[in-house]
Amino acid sequence: MTAVDLRVAQRPNAPMTTYRYDEYDAAFVSERVAEFREQVNRRLSGALTEEEFRPFRLMNGLYLQLHAYMLRVAIPYGTLTARQMRRLADIADKWDKGYGHFTTRQNLQYNWPKLVDTPDILESLAEVEMHAIQTSGNCIRNVTADHFAGVAPDEIEDPRPTAEFLRQWSSLHSEFSFLPRKFKIAVTGAAHDRAAILVHDIGLRIVKNDTGEIGYQVVVGGGLGRSPFIGKVVGDFVPRKDLLAFLEAILRVYNRFGRRDNKYKARVKILVHEKGIDEIRAAVEAEFAAMDRSAFAHDPEEFERIAAFFAPPPYESLPATSVSLRAAKLETPAFANFVDVNVGAHKIPGYAIVTVSLKPIGGVPGDATSEQMRVLADASERFGFGELRVSHEQNIILPHVKQDDLFALWSMLDAAGLATANAGLVSDIISCPGLDYCSLATARSIPIAQAISKRFSDMSRQRRIGKLGVKISGCINACGHHHVGAIGILGLEKKGQESYQITLGGDPTFSASIGEILGPGVTAEQVPDVVEHLVDYYLAEREEGEAFIDTWRRIGHARFKDVLRREGEDGADI
Amino acid sequence: MALISDGRFIEDAWRRLADEEALPKTGKFIVSLPRLEHAVEVLGPTATFGVIVPNTTEPSALIAALPRLDLISIAFPAFADGRGFSLARLLRRAEFKGELRASGRLVADQYPHAIGCGFDTIEIPDDLAERQDEGQWRAALNAYSMSYQRGYAGRGSILDARRKAVRS
Ligand code: HEM
Ligand code: SF4
Repeated sequence: MTAVDLRVAQRPNAPMTTYRYDEYDAAFVSERVAEFREQVNRRLSGALTEEEFRPFRLMNGLYLQLHAYMLRVAIPYGTLTARQMRRLADIADKWDKGYGHFTTRQNLQYNWPKLVDTPDILESLAEVEMHAIQTSGNCIRNVTADHFAGVAPDEIEDPRPTAEFLRQWSSLHSEFSFLPRKFKIAVTGAAHDRAAILVHDIGLRIVKNDTGEIGYQVVVGGGLGRSPFIGKVVGDFVPRKDLLAFLEAILRVYNRFGRRDNKYKARVKILVHEKGIDEIRAAVEAEFAAMDRSAFAHDPEEFERIAAFFAPPPYESLPATSVSLRAAKLETPAFANFVDVNVGAHKIPGYAIVTVSLKPIGGVPGDATSEQMRVLADASERFGFGELRVSHEQNIILPHVKQDDLFALWSMLDAAGLATANAGLVSDIISCPGLDYCSLATARSIPIAQAISKRFSDMSRQRRIGKLGVKISGCINACGHHHVGAIGILGLEKKGQESYQITLGGDPTFSASIGEILGPGVTAEQVPDVVEHLVDYYLAEREEGEAFIDTWRRIGHARFKDVLRREGEDGADI
Repeated sequence: MALISDGRFIEDAWRRLADEEALPKTGKFIVSLPRLEHAVEVLGPTATFGVIVPNTTEPSALIAALPRLDLISIAFPAFADGRGFSLARLLRRAEFKGELRASGRLVADQYPHAIGCGFDTIEIPDDLAERQDEGQWRAALNAYSMSYQRGYAGRGSILDARRKAVRS
């Protein structure tokens, strides 16, 4: 599948490598909107109590938050068209406060919609083939995938057809819409994990076996929250034809045996932890063997049909490196920095993958104004076949930019405040909304992110420091992924005071690890100091080519702890 | 209690037997799971009876009695407890052909889920039936023309419809 399918290419809205609804999908989504409109009416009339309404509004992405409702819109596997991005901007203007928040789960959150408006918002989304289905609730959530899908040089197979398959299978699933707890699936098809599959309830890794057949390594029981776990392998090589049946078996085992007595213990990770992966594997295999798999018989034609939507766009034949790019870099150092930091290799010669950071120095991580969304939409149309991605690092990706166009793109982004050259650096911070929006928060997280970002505002220093994942959560639920931050920061409340616990050594990739606690909590004011001390120590100790996490792994947690103890005035307050 | 079948409130032809009540010789009645074995033993082959089971029941506990049972009612302790849906699937897989009933505080919006997993009827308390009239159950039943899953009952599968459309 290399050629562009013309039926797809001739779509009215430029982008040609994203899934397009057919009549069935369109009918399904509009039926869903109609259903939700009725549910809202029934809630308002009293036919549904708030308790009864709750799971249904959650399954439509609607939360009740600290100040208002929050609507979480799905961006399946992070792929978005220019037209969809513009619609997100329009919705932000019409029904919210002119901005949206891109999250770690490839969703967009609006923080201020009104309950009575949400059916209209959902209808507006449906017009551009979007929805908020199962972005929350105790069901199979929006399926996420590598944000470099289809363009990464290290890819075995584009994970999006699989993710789209799973999206359809999981939508309004009769059996699995009332699970013990939320259920998250992530898919990657590359040699490097950019989808954090080991910290999902199910992680799927596309692999090729000795005979060249494509299948899936299936990992189960990862997750963050109050008890973080790295997922364990439950199926080493599940052939494509068995994937849905195998997942169905896992979900059935979880639905039946997952704990329901305590919502904190209701996740599949706890089931795996309490029973052990061997017992779970045996149960899944027994279920798999007993079920009627013909119902799930793999339909290669259907898979091909879906995969065709993700066929490569009509790339031009270009030289591997661009002469004009080299010249522009020499002429404009700020542009050169942007290219060095935010631009990645593409599988097609002459093209590049651009990460647009939503983390300006001192900004709110993941926030984009409607104006910025429109600029991004325009940029994707001018320079990238009208396609965008949302990364789990809360950034936007332009996946197919000609190297020759990079300078023009950068100029456009720069004018909109979107050219911060910090992708993967210390100020590219993942942060949850924390106390500023979230009813569950125990501490602020956005201001902490802002303070760290300002402390490291010197971009050349950031580049010297190199790749470093700082991740912040405002409570134990870990929405900011702090457990898998090389430096993780968890906001807690201690005796009426905000206190921050620091962890080191977290890693969300194939070499996944959960961070280790550094010591007693510190105050909000101290957080930037602590991060700075840690970074300085790393700079002093690192060997050639070592990222922060590598140095930490090499020299050990104790030494990092030590240095902070020595830095503290009486040796105890950090 | 109110009983919903095919999107309508219907008269319940079955009687739930209290545990201290003696087993009747005739009529349609439902026993609790602990009494099932005894009922199978003492009742003649023509007796019509069913059982109500907790949603945590192992299907194997019912296998021997399945051919004798005309009804299995699965109790939903809370509407958001989805174990009953999986249990229903397993009982249908074990080739239970009688009436499968979901009993508890289910809400109308779950009707398609219940049908999909093999339930025939839904039994809800009266106060719920008052708030959620027949119209709401019927609307829920018709809310979706098709579903994305295969191998689940009720609405047709989008996947099958697509395949047919492509082939024709
Ligand atoms: C603003 C309202 C939000 C609420 C009420 C909320 C609620 C929660 C809760 C209760 C958990 C813990 C689940 C568990 O471990 O069982 C959780 C985890 C999580 N949330 Fe949120 N969240 C919110 C916003 C966000 C945002 C903005 C993001 C992304 C930036 C996010 C992404 C996540 C992730 C990735 C996890 C970890 C999931 C895991 O354990 O695997 N959430 N959230
Ligand atoms: S980590 Fe806690 S504070 Fe942050 S968004 Fe999640 S629930 Fe809210």
